[in-house]
Amino acid sequence: MSTINHAKASEKFIQDEPRTDWHDETLWFVRQKRDKAAHQIPDWESLRDSASNIKDHTLSNLDAYLTQFEKKATQNNIKVHWAADAKEHNEIIYSIIRDNNIKKVVKSKSMLTEECHLNPYLLERGIDVVDTDLGERIVQFREEAPSHIVLPAIHLKKEDVSNTFHQHLGTEKGNYDPQYLTEAARNHLREKFVHSQLAITGVNFAIAETGAIVVCTNEGNADLGVHAADIHVACMGIEKIIPSTQHLAVFLRLLARSATGQPITTYSSHFNKPGTGKQMHIVLVDNGRTKQLANPDFKNSLKCIRCAACFNTCPVYRRSGGHSYHTAVAGPIGAILSPNLDREANADLPFASTLCGSCTNVCPVKIDIHQQLWKWRQTLMKEGYGGASKKLSMQAMAMVLSKPALYRFLGSAGRLTMRLFPWLLNNKKFNPWYKQRDMPAAPKQSFRDWYKNNKA
Amino acid sequence: MSSRETILKAISNNRSALIPLENADIAIASNSDNLLEKFTAVLTSIGGQVEVIESIDPVNDYLYKIAGKDNRIVNVFLGDVVGNTTEAGELENVFVACIAGGIAVAENGAVWVDESMMVNRMLPFICQHLVLVIKDGNLVANMHEAYGKIDTVATGYGVFIAGPSKTADIEQSLVIGAHGPRSLKVFIM
Repeated sequence: MSTINHAKASEKFIQDEPRTDWHDETLWFVRQKRDKAAHQIPDWESLRDSASNIKDHTLSNLDAYLTQFEKKATQNNIKVHWAADAKEHNEIIYSIIRDNNIKKVVKSKSMLTEECHLNPYLLERGIDVVDTDLGERIVQFREEAPSHIVLPAIHLKKEDVSNTFHQHLGTEKGNYDPQYLTEAARNHLREKFVHSQLAITGVNFAIAETGAIVVCTNEGNADLGVHAADIHVACMGIEKIIPSTQHLAVFLRLLARSATGQPITTYSSHFNKPGTGKQMHIVLVDNGRTKQLANPDFKNSLKCIRCAACFNTCPVYRRSGGHSYHTAVAGPIGAILSPNLDREANADLPFASTLCGSCTNVCPVKIDIHQQLWKWRQTLMKEGYGGASKKLSMQAMAMVLSKPALYRFLGSAGRLTMRLFPWLLNNKKFNPWYKQRDMPAAPKQSFRDWYKNNKA
Repeated sequence: MSSRETILKAISNNRSALIPLENADIAIASNSDNLLEKFTAVLTSIGGQVEVIESIDPVNDYLYKIAGKDNRIVNVFLGDVVGNTTEAGELENVFVACIAGGIAVAENGAVWVDESMMVNRMLPFICQHLVLVIKDGNLVANMHEAYGKIDTVATGYGVFIAGPSKTADIEQSLVIGAHGPRSLKVFIM
């Protein structure tokens, strides 16, 4: 079993009930904005079908598209690197920094660099990377990880941000105005942009046909960083490839609407060639992706475009917070990607779900997320990662469910206990379910008895 | 074996049989009625401004109005250039930049701007206020039509810009003017 586990970590998050409610309601509001945006597009479902097909097709021809992309990008004066794992990814970036004698590095949002733990790797080597996305800069100051892949600081309140900025940027103590705090970050980061020597970005889409990459932001931080610096290093998982420019239309119509309910992000930047006298590098990273590709049950998780619609809709994510997932990518999609990276450490995550299927319904590329959660549970139990208590309780339940008389007896005994001895169940020690919940009123009879009495 | 070979070999061993690519455009029809109204409504809803003009005069009036007499205007559209410099001092004091835009998309309020139009890649991001001037014939219904008309690799860099720079990273409160321009105005001629 993992050392940190989702249920245990959530306990800390839900201690503050008003904050948990705020988190829950705010993300649900983002989900509603997504619905409103999606409903304005009559072709929405055809778009999802298209996006899913383009990704399925690309994954079935991935080696050919990657080599095509490499050839085109190289022709465009871009240096393409290949990294088998996180370690190699980090080494490649460090060698570019070292060979060019770089001191000042800025980075826009890239979940891949989080997955590879690039920042601590570079910090150990004396390079202090400045994260330039506002939410990421906030959590970086606080020495925390992002809790959401699109809204990195969604676990924080403006009072937290204000205290953090007071400490690091010298803003007025007790000034909680988001406009004022954003302005302070703007001035701080603009100074970092104009002096940066090397800019790291993620990649939203890489186009095999042209060798170009597309990066989407609202703040403009990726562009400010890249255009100011002499060297641009873009890091991407190998699954970010799409065949041609025309396909961007499908994905850019879906991405921001699914993520935040915006019609498109403010900036959709197409990097084709380095600027005059500058360098551009692209690092293609495997880190477990080819292993996921080999598994028919889980391979289509690689279709993910990181919109986080599944986070915002998930009743478990909304009420347990991103840090409870203890991985770079949290939420339902993280719960099906992470066990592939490390079975032992992430075996708890597929169990952090109600299997309600809402994630699957909002996914713009039609990943069967809840089905994969359920399949991961079976795989993990079979491989012995489920833990003893889960195994025992499942065996007990199988026994009870296979014996109707015993099931009926235990049902009536349970109802009687709830009525006569509620303290037995309303007790956090004996009944972990009772934590942060109220027990329902016990019905007087079972459905079976009710049905027998009321059958006309 | 290099990582490149290892990765490519692992993919060819692990991938499924080829899944055919369906024609993405067939099911997605475009509605090209009222493009100007749609574009204006969408861009306004995401914090941008739109004005339809007959001559270039209102653009100049607007630039001088927001820049005042002390702030720097870079009007690429009328021939001002800042070259390829990325020197902080050279660009940081650009108060308002005016650039000719390309294709504009009614469905999402985005305007295409490539390197030939902006001259300096930094310009549309470092300026405090951005003005784009487009022709009304540039309007298209959606992104499929836009990519049909744009040669995205004609220059080294191009970007769809939809509204001013913004963030909601502090408690989901929308703040206009994150790192880039604090306002965007699109003039349609």
